Amino acid sequence: MKLNRRTFIGASAAAASALAAPTVWGAAHGRPKVVVIGGGAGGATAARYIAKDSDGGIDVTLVEPTRKYYTCFFSNLYLGGFRDFESLGHTYGKLASDYGINVVHDWAVGVDRDARKVTLASGAVLDYDRLVISPGIDFVEGSVPGWDINAQNEMPHAYKAGSQTQLLKAQVENMREGGLFAMVAPPNPYRCPPGPYERVSMVAHVLKAKNPTAKILILDPKEKFSKQALFEEGWQKHYPGMIERIGPDFGGDKVEVRPDSMEVVIDGEVQKVDVCNVIPAQKAGRICELAGITDGRWAPVVPHTMQSRMDENIHVLGDASAQGDMPKSGFSANSQAKVCATAVRGALTGSKVFPAKFSNTCWSLVATDDGIKVGATYEATDEKIASTGGFVSQTGEDPELRKRTYEESLGWYAGITADMFG
Amino acid sequence: MRGSAILFSLLVAAAGAFPAAAAELIGDAERGRELFRQCSGCHEVGPGARNRIGPHLNGIFGRRAASVDGFFYSKALRRAGADGLVWHLDTLDAYIANPKVLVSGTRMSYRGMKNAEDRADLLAYLRQFSDNPRDIPEADPTAVRREVELAPDVLAIKGDPEYGEYLASECKTCHQASGRDDGIPSITMWPEEDFVIAMHAYKQKLRPHPVMQMIAERLSNEEIAALAAYFATLKEE
Repeated sequence: MKLNRRTFIGASAAAASALAAPTVWGAAHGRPKVVVIGGGAGGATAARYIAKDSDGGIDVTLVEPTRKYYTCFFSNLYLGGFRDFESLGHTYGKLASDYGINVVHDWAVGVDRDARKVTLASGAVLDYDRLVISPGIDFVEGSVPGWDINAQNEMPHAYKAGSQTQLLKAQVENMREGGLFAMVAPPNPYRCPPGPYERVSMVAHVLKAKNPTAKILILDPKEKFSKQALFEEGWQKHYPGMIERIGPDFGGDKVEVRPDSMEVVIDGEVQKVDVCNVIPAQKAGRICELAGITDGRWAPVVPHTMQSRMDENIHVLGDASAQGDMPKSGFSANSQAKVCATAVRGALTGSKVFPAKFSNTCWSLVATDDGIKVGATYEATDEKIASTGGFVSQTGEDPELRKRTYEESLGWYAGITADMFG
Repeated sequence: MRGSAILFSLLVAAAGAFPAAAAELIGDAERGRELFRQCSGCHEVGPGARNRIGPHLNGIFGRRAASVDGFFYSKALRRAGADGLVWHLDTLDAYIANPKVLVSGTRMSYRGMKNAEDRADLLAYLRQFSDNPRDIPEADPTAVRREVELAPDVLAIKGDPEYGEYLASECKTCHQASGRDDGIPSITMWPEEDFVIAMHAYKQKLRPHPVMQMIAERLSNEEIAALAAYFATLKEE
């Protein structure tokens, strides 16, 4: 016990300056208010932990446009036929009923940082003492020449889960016999580093059963990608001869698309395609720009608390944040949300603030019962969230281990969604 | 299934005989003792057996589910007990084959023993510890295998549950607070000592799981104690 207390003196001292002000301020203003923008892995988790751990001491409002949230993580498994679409959908009922969170289904369209107010599309205005922004990603306009959001029906991105995911699945399943599926992969950094390659695996799994003479072409601006050796081993084992990847050496970084004629142009060479999944370059969700907290494409944060470097009353979580070494993943956002929640509570109610700890694990499915994973732990330094160690699955692993890894990923999905939505 | 039906009828035929003979008719108890190693991380059986992560298994045959004093069962198992589930050869056989099929929502994080002969041997072994305490062997083959040697002062650290609650938020991304196991084991309501031993076994890389080794590696002795203190008292949500 005494060792514990000593360990925390450093952290408590750091929080002490934040403690003095709110005590005075709290008495004058009643319950402190937290507004959370975005109900995904970052926002839902932060809202739940702030509400739960403050026991009603903080008024929490969660702003999320959709009534039913479909997780981007595991949406590839739906593409592969391993999960049904509804299993990805989650509602906010428990956050409202069990944790007393005000859930508002609306778009946040503006942040007045001086007045500490968020404007919603409906015209409503929300006051906050602390604002948590966790909006996920938006796409960089013009990053894939020929593609814009109006072309998303012809060439879906399916990189925000929902109707786009369903559309891509339907296109894959109805592709002509022996057709060509092309993926335009994104440049770094982007949401879910292994995501595009797990997706290719799932598409190959469907085609192998339904359309075995079909081919898959990956057009990739990156030299290397996440879990590359593991994916390539799996593709050779399960889908030999089906998948071809063109990297930057051969024009994978010079790709234009023509949605009207269903063509891709690779370094000047025209290729007819049957289904084309365009995953553009990415940036922080638009509300970050509107709030004026971005530097370049992302919103930089202070690693110890996830506070915006531009505004100490705002915390940014998940994909939208520029934090250092953590990948943009649902797991990371959930991990950052807990650090944020303890910092927010400390600042607003004077509760004890513990040192930041972060971790991430990403599971991917290559084929039936062939799961792989990569993970790391992280710590907050003044400069960035820095990796402190990690692991990755090995090539040539025993099939029984791969099966257990897949089963573990199912357990993780159940765990993190319970952690987000209660 | 047919196998277990036959075994069951053999047991009925043996009713009234003393337990060792009954066990013999179920399966190979010696082999079952070996198989019990899969269970001994959580369960004790034999002289002095105590409740650990799971309840002790002395006198399991004929006992109503969720009825060992002093063990805090999952809601699901308590409900099953109240509904009349009694541990006999057939119900135990089904439960060990796949715990969640018989009692969905059990905190018993065991995937199941698929082979009917293995189950018969295991149950033959367990059978020896039911009916008649005098037949419980004096030897102690079933004590929980200590995976890691810990200095007494490490085991004696009193964890800070408030810090444990914060640290536990990292665990709950995968391990559900409710104790539900959908592919990742429950750690809810583990006795503190078992928790501490398991985490140090990961930290010292004596247990193999890479995610858990990674997580345990950076936890201090005090942090492990804090987590143990928190999870030991966590009630089902």
